[in-house]
Amino acid sequence: MLRVDALRAIYPELSRCIVVTNMGFAPAELFSLGHQQGFFYLWHSMGLASSVGLGIALSRPELQVVVIDGDGSLLMNLGSLTTLARYQPCNLVHVVFDNEVLLSVGRSFTTATATGTDLAAMAAAAGVPRTATCRTEDELARAFADALAAHELSTLVAKVDPVGPASYFIDLHYLESRFQFQRYLRQLRPAASEGGPD
Amino acid sequence: MPVSAPNSQIIYDALKALGIRLLSVLPETWLVHLVTLAEEDPEMILVRLAKEEEGVGISAGAHLAGVKSALLMQNHGLLASINGIVSLAQLYRIPLLMLVSHRGGFGEEHPWQTEGGGVTEHVLDALRIPYLFLDSPEHVAPRLRQASALAEASLKPVALLLGRSLMWED
Repeated sequence: MLRVDALRAIYPELSRCIVVTNMGFAPAELFSLGHQQGFFYLWHSMGLASSVGLGIALSRPELQVVVIDGDGSLLMNLGSLTTLARYQPCNLVHVVFDNEVLLSVGRSFTTATATGTDLAAMAAAAGVPRTATCRTEDELARAFADALAAHELSTLVAKVDPVGPASYFIDLHYLESRFQFQRYLRQLRPAASEGGPD
Repeated sequence: MPVSAPNSQIIYDALKALGIRLLSVLPETWLVHLVTLAEEDPEMILVRLAKEEEGVGISAGAHLAGVKSALLMQNHGLLASINGIVSLAQLYRIPLLMLVSHRGGFGEEHPWQTEGGGVTEHVLDALRIPYLFLDSPEHVAPRLRQASALAEASLKPVALLLGRSLMWED
């Protein structure tokens, strides 16, 4: 399965969610499918997408948050799985695209998932209540829809081929993206709590 | 335990007065009362971290989502968080408010704290992060207000170093 096809399979639901991506090729692929105001692309800060997603999910329980992560990124912040599991925000779905390499630097730089590390099992062992490993677009689309419907913290590992787009380029500066995203979250605030932090 | 309970309460009250609603923390001895106060406060979202750098991400998410937060950690946690501070908080202009217990300064009895104590201010200087010490109870409320104002105005990280004379009853 190609990651871009996997993203396409869940794009209709993603486009209605608050999405935080990791760095690398995944944000460029998501952007190529169509930018939404609720998408935030985290360039650099490798590993922290899940922590940013947790901060949003805990701050705004009414929003459905999706974190797009990668095997290399998640391995860099594995403790985050335990923190996610500890607070178990029911409004967060964590999708991990596992291509078994650090693709940005080339296919020869494998991660530990290439030699058997099972990220879905690690998430389950950390205490994430709903986990799955998906190998086809249909499996992912079904698991993703089920996770949203269950309204339960979920880590879905999608095994994908180590193939990315030709370029990282996104025609949206990271600061533009950051302020646009913040403004959008402000506009989504429930009217009842106008002026207050919740 | 000679961690100052009254001064911990003063710090907590000042955080509340600033409108802080989410506190991420990796505890250490000097911070135990502050963590307990946050845990007992139904209005506070307390996030116990596995590693301090997670807290940079959580505070960034909270800021974008419109909730005011602070990150509470030891100076060694600051050292462990540097990439997150640079590549997220500074790159993305996040007003990250950090309260950092400054171990390893004058009066420190634990040899393992002393290296970190010796480099903390130099690291903050190198990162161009403005900081002030909180050394006495009178410092707490005004300096926290000033730190928060500067963080929000500059959209950058600001640190307050919790000193031994504030936190520890020798």
